[in-house]
Amino acid sequence: MTAEAARNPRVGGSDLTVGDEREAVVVENLGRTQIVQYAGASGDFNPIHHDETFATGVAGYPSVFGHGMLTMGLTARLLTDWLGDGVLADFGVRFVSQVWPGDTLTARARVRSIEPANGEVRVALEVVTTNQNGQPVVKGSATALLPPAL
Amino acid sequence: MADGYRFHVDRTAILTFASALGETNRIYWDEAFAAETPLGGVIAPPTFAAASAHWNPDYGLRGVRQIPASSTSEPRPAPGAGGGEAAPEGGGIANFLHAEQRYEYHQPLRPGMALEVRTRPGEQWTKEGRRGGTLHFSERVSEFRDGEGSLVMTATSVTVRTSQVVESP
Repeated sequence: MTAEAARNPRVGGSDLTVGDEREAVVVENLGRTQIVQYAGASGDFNPIHHDETFATGVAGYPSVFGHGMLTMGLTARLLTDWLGDGVLADFGVRFVSQVWPGDTLTARARVRSIEPANGEVRVALEVVTTNQNGQPVVKGSATALLPPAL
Repeated sequence: MADGYRFHVDRTAILTFASALGETNRIYWDEAFAAETPLGGVIAPPTFAAASAHWNPDYGLRGVRQIPASSTSEPRPAPGAGGGEAAPEGGGIANFLHAEQRYEYHQPLRPGMALEVRTRPGEQWTKEGRRGGTLHFSERVSEFRDGEGSLVMTATSVTVRTSQVVESP
């Protein structure tokens, strides 16, 4: 490991309190074009995500649906926009429901704990992203390492 | 899978990936902007390691792509061709879902990095699905190391194989 990882924090640990919450709409009316864009960018060409004939006829789904990793990437935008770049120590999600074309997703993060860690502050968060019906699509957690103050 | 592969991180791939996420953050593409931050240059978004699939010769969902060649030297059929029988570990790809993904970060991924990726199997378990049928979960742990062997990140992926189409794992 490198001695000291560079970070670009947007907030200091002392600016946060347990229970602090942030939310953001991370995609509005998800388009099939974005799903295809993500397939190309990630290299995941599972036809279930772009081939309607395959998704409905062979796989038996009502339509194509977004990659779980697309939703995870969209959810990460909330964390980086709030906390900063290169500040995450870990980030994990469970994919609990499919994301369909036309969905609007809102990501929410909430501070669960704040503790000192070698001159930095370790901030643990819980994360959930829901669709326009309030149904969770991913649930997870993240940890950020932040300076005590900016 | 046993031998690993090298994942080359470059600015175009990061730009394409960030674009697909609808990103507006300049840290992912604007070198002049990024140089003024403590990071000193462009970095990749937190989930960018997904794009290592492009360099994984054994990746099973590669479309018509034949490069890099599979380490087994067998041509890879396009997923979906022949009714979707191109799945890794057997079974139709329609029966596999990504159940969980976790990343541990030690430093951000940056353009110019050539990371050695090694994947090992993790835990396996089963669970009865809510709509019937047994769900088979299996974990794969990938370590991304730089040229000096330092761990840059660890990715843990859990896939679930279902005996039938399910709405959620």
